[in-house]
Amino acid sequence: MEYFFQQLINGITLGSVYALIALGYTMVYGIIQLINFAHGEFFAAGGYVGVIFMSYLVSQGAPAWVCLSGSLILAMAYCAMLAVAVEKVAYKPLRNSSRLSVLLSALGMSIFLQNGLMLTQGVYDKAYPTELAQGGFEMGNVMLSYMQIFIVSLTAFLLVALNVLVFKTRIGKAMRSTAQDKIMSALVGINSNRTISITFAIGAALAAAAGIMVGLYYGSVRYDMGFVPGIKAFAAAVLGGIGNITGAMIGGFIIGMVEIFAAGYISGEYKDVFAFVILIAVLYFRPSGIMGENVDDTRV
Amino acid sequence: MTIPEFKKHWTSLGIGMVWLFILLWPLLGVKPEGLEVASTFNVWWRIAVGCSFILFLYQLNKIGTFNFISRPASAVAGNIKKVSSTVPVVVWFVVGIVCAGLIPQFAGRYAQDVAINCMIYVCLGLGLNIVVGLAGMLDLGYIAFYGIGAYTYALLSVQFQLSFWICLPISAAAAGFGAWLIGYCSMRMRGDYLAIVTLGFAEIVRMVFNNWMSLTNGPNGVTGIKAPGLYWFDFTNGMTLEHIWLKKLSLVYYVILLLVAFTIIAVYRLQHSRTGRAWEAIREDETAAEVMGVPTFYMKLLAYCSGACFGGMAGAFYAARMRFVSPESFTFLESAMVLSMVVLGGMGSIPGVILGALALIALPEIFRDFELYRMLVFGGVMTLMMLFRPQGILPPKRKMRAGKE
Repeated sequence: MEYFFQQLINGITLGSVYALIALGYTMVYGIIQLINFAHGEFFAAGGYVGVIFMSYLVSQGAPAWVCLSGSLILAMAYCAMLAVAVEKVAYKPLRNSSRLSVLLSALGMSIFLQNGLMLTQGVYDKAYPTELAQGGFEMGNVMLSYMQIFIVSLTAFLLVALNVLVFKTRIGKAMRSTAQDKIMSALVGINSNRTISITFAIGAALAAAAGIMVGLYYGSVRYDMGFVPGIKAFAAAVLGGIGNITGAMIGGFIIGMVEIFAAGYISGEYKDVFAFVILIAVLYFRPSGIMGENVDDTRV
Repeated sequence: MTIPEFKKHWTSLGIGMVWLFILLWPLLGVKPEGLEVASTFNVWWRIAVGCSFILFLYQLNKIGTFNFISRPASAVAGNIKKVSSTVPVVVWFVVGIVCAGLIPQFAGRYAQDVAINCMIYVCLGLGLNIVVGLAGMLDLGYIAFYGIGAYTYALLSVQFQLSFWICLPISAAAAGFGAWLIGYCSMRMRGDYLAIVTLGFAEIVRMVFNNWMSLTNGPNGVTGIKAPGLYWFDFTNGMTLEHIWLKKLSLVYYVILLLVAFTIIAVYRLQHSRTGRAWEAIREDETAAEVMGVPTFYMKLLAYCSGACFGGMAGAFYAARMRFVSPESFTFLESAMVLSMVVLGGMGSIPGVILGALALIALPEIFRDFELYRMLVFGGVMTLMMLFRPQGILPPKRKMRAGKE
């Protein structure tokens, strides 16, 4: 039973990371129907920029909360800028061309960014200054570390903030209406290019936060760490119904749980397989996901 | 070109460059020791100068400064095209194969090695071309079938000492069967969803290779695979049939040349058959094709499986040539590489795919000094290609809309 609770805690932690990445996928897909392959790279870049600024701040002797929040904000801002640049270069000129072209352009960008990270930061793992938040609560044999509390609470905060942004503010309204009908919302005076850029920026900022969390949790980052979590987060987005923000959160938690429990109770070696199996099963039996309404045939 | 347009280009370049500097600086300049700008600036000014130069050339071209070169050049190109189209395809094919057949006689070991590599990718590219170029399905997991083919031959050779020539069709069939299993559950999907599902399947296949220790020896790979063998006449004492292993590189080269020739003919025949037309109809408009009586599900499955068979064959050859396989060789990046060959060359066009494979395998060998930047350039070129020439270098003669959905 203790093992179960331990796995549950780990699953929630991992799931919140996937949920954050999945939001970026789902928002971008909802607004321009594009699988942004480069999204996993935003996650990796966020992790890297986070470790870079954090090492700098730690070496300057800043207190722990300044290191954490400062590098978090800087990394999120950085990834937002990166995402806007990628969108302007690789996606905007292709807005009216075939789906295949955009997808390949995204793939090219993903490879480009991954190798850009490798060239500037090297092929080896880069370690996070993990002494910032060590220790935790112990209840019997169940361990709840401060890091896990930090990750889950930060995720909860970001999710609430995002929900407020999307459902309560003007820009959120613009995003929702652009997602529904680009031409009509342009007619009533919404600048769709700007809205799309902002969507990319928000999604990438969330991915950057996830990158820092993963870096802190596992202690290091790697230039190619974006690919597999990226695909899993996409699976989460699809599972929840792509284009649906609440769905992406739920999907993220489900994928995280499944991975941890599968690794704990079935087989650790094949844990990555389960996310893919879920992805395929969902696409096969219910392409619109748990929360999604029925997608029309041409889109599937 | 008007003056406001001229100004607009330079302003956006300026903004882009400032943006780039901000993006580069944290990665290059922020160190635990301090914040420095010099190293970032060092990289940045080179990029900035390069971009300005390209914009400058582009604007000159827009104004028409280069007309004195481009007009006669395009006329000459038009004439060449006209003359070349009168020569039948068979002649080009034979000339190409003969030229390729002469390479081992004149080139060194290194060049043969590169050529063999190129030809493996030509096989793969042509196989994927059936799926992506003809049937218009985006397949991001093609490399799985290459892997299945390679492992099939590797295991049959190591465990049962079967000969390469028997295993070649078995490998193709195994890959085709794998494709059938995958395709049967994913052919209902279209576009992006299909892409992501095939990617998932390829990753699953790779993880199985990586973790099924008892069968595939996991990450260590399978060693001791036999080279292709051949019975050949031996005249030393009378005339006897001798079994020889094709271990010399030039002999292996001819094996893959044979495979390439077979693949080209097969793909050409498929493309110009009723089946090929059905695939192209599905690519252009799946719903319309279905209405016109094309059995779309069956045809898509067929395209997927036949593409996979060629991948499996290339895989069997790869295993025989390296005499070693490991899961490392079948990663997603390899899939992306093959896909970009097809796209770069021109989807649906056989000479285009061959050219794409040559460009992506041979060119990096020439620029060996820039090895580190290879994948960076590769990703960048893929994006730029989509922006400026989405139809590829040598688009097929029959018009296509490239899977517009």
